Amino acid sequence: METARITGERISQYLSQGKRFDGRKPEDFRDIEIETGVSKRAEGSARVRIGKTEVIVGVKMDVMEPYPDSADRGNLIVSTELLPLSSERFESGPPRFPAIEIARLTDRAIRESKFIQMEKLCIKEGEKVWAVYIDIYSLNDDGNLMDAAEIGAVAALKTARMPKYDEETGKVLYGEFTEKKLPLQKEPPIMVTAYKIGNSWIVDPTLEEEDVSEAKVSIGATPDGVISSIQKGEAREIDIKEFEDVLDLTERVRKKVFKEIEKYSD
Amino acid sequence: MTAKTFKRPDGRKAEETRPMSAKVGVVPNADGSAMFSFGDTVAIAAVYGPRKMHPQHSQNPEKGTLRCNYNMLSFSVAERARPGPNRRSTEISKITEWALEPIVMIKKYPNMVVDVHIGILQANASTRCAGINAAALALAHAGIPMKELVSSVSIGKMDKTLVVDLVKEEEDWEEGEGSTDIPITLTNSGKITHLQLDGKITSAELKEVLKLAKKANREIYEVQKKALKESIKLN
Repeated sequence: METARITGERISQYLSQGKRFDGRKPEDFRDIEIETGVSKRAEGSARVRIGKTEVIVGVKMDVMEPYPDSADRGNLIVSTELLPLSSERFESGPPRFPAIEIARLTDRAIRESKFIQMEKLCIKEGEKVWAVYIDIYSLNDDGNLMDAAEIGAVAALKTARMPKYDEETGKVLYGEFTEKKLPLQKEPPIMVTAYKIGNSWIVDPTLEEEDVSEAKVSIGATPDGVISSIQKGEAREIDIKEFEDVLDLTERVRKKVFKEIEKYSD
Repeated sequence: MTAKTFKRPDGRKAEETRPMSAKVGVVPNADGSAMFSFGDTVAIAAVYGPRKMHPQHSQNPEKGTLRCNYNMLSFSVAERARPGPNRRSTEISKITEWALEPIVMIKKYPNMVVDVHIGILQANASTRCAGINAAALALAHAGIPMKELVSSVSIGKMDKTLVVDLVKEEEDWEEGEGSTDIPITLTNSGKITHLQLDGKITSAELKEVLKLAKKANREIYEVQKKALKESIKLN
């Protein structure tokens, strides 16, 4: 069911006084819970809950030919499936735009921040490199799947271990893991998406709030404030001044989110 | 390499766009059409509609639908692109819709659809920007009521130096902090309808980027305006 207009008007009215239905302030995230190692078969995995929103992310690895424009670096492939089991709104079939958007934005946040040290995933230049697959599935959609997906991807990468590789046969020995972790940078990119409702900006919307939002800005950046990816979404224009305020807002929120995530790091 | 030593491969100044050209009415069958180019990046756009949305269950009784389709022709790039939609083109199509919808009075067309088809004939970076510029012209040419035009440009940060209207070679540049690509679409009154970024940047630098985009957009607007005026003269 879509959110009724009367609910939207109420959400907007409340927000003009800085209030939200669930008692949060505009800049508050819901509680974030991260569970890692949720799939024994995956090289790395994580389940992330933000309020009632939940995603599961798995990292699998394979050896393949590098892309021609990055002959000495590993490959990154991110995909997202919005499972019909996670919402009455999702249908099976090829990915539609919302799934593509989550996959592409997660891909860019991770790729552009150079979080994975791709140059260390080269086996033989131009011939064989490691490919890192990040597969994201929704388990329950109550808004903000975008940020949950990216946080899940980072958490799954952090736990990932390299599988064994037989150089002679050129085959990956699946199921046999080495002790070696995936080579990562210290600072993870974190995605924070700000949503505009009426004249207010919020983060981490519930599904109702997401429905009535008219513009959004997703920003992937490390906790020290270096931005690696941005995308403005939805068909409502925003002022330059407003955009600058969003940069400041997301920077404050990102620091808090990072602290929450850090709790789950080993 | 330090900031000052970055030289643009085509010898342009940092704030200079490639030579632009725009022409309206390039597809006679369409209700509106236009070509826009930045140097050898060439985009054409054709508008069909407003017409009844089919199938019926896709109709929106509250407002019309603006539907964009960005398509890179297979021979527009050095290595043949696989024809047909992919994740990148699906995203750019949506981004283009979002960039244009705020200026189009689409509310006036309940149950109807306006289709904007964009084809990239030749690519040397900034294809989505050229596509958006062409699409804005094509919509105006089709006589769809609009509040104003939008103009789109890519700003690049090469290590620490900001440049306007990237070419492929600049996009792939890897010295220092490497290349950061920031395509931006602004309305002529200076509002952001589209902004994407890939690379590495601080928010202070990003504020400079916006100033540069605003300046470049005014130049693009002049080119668009001229093309529209010329189209009227001919008829």
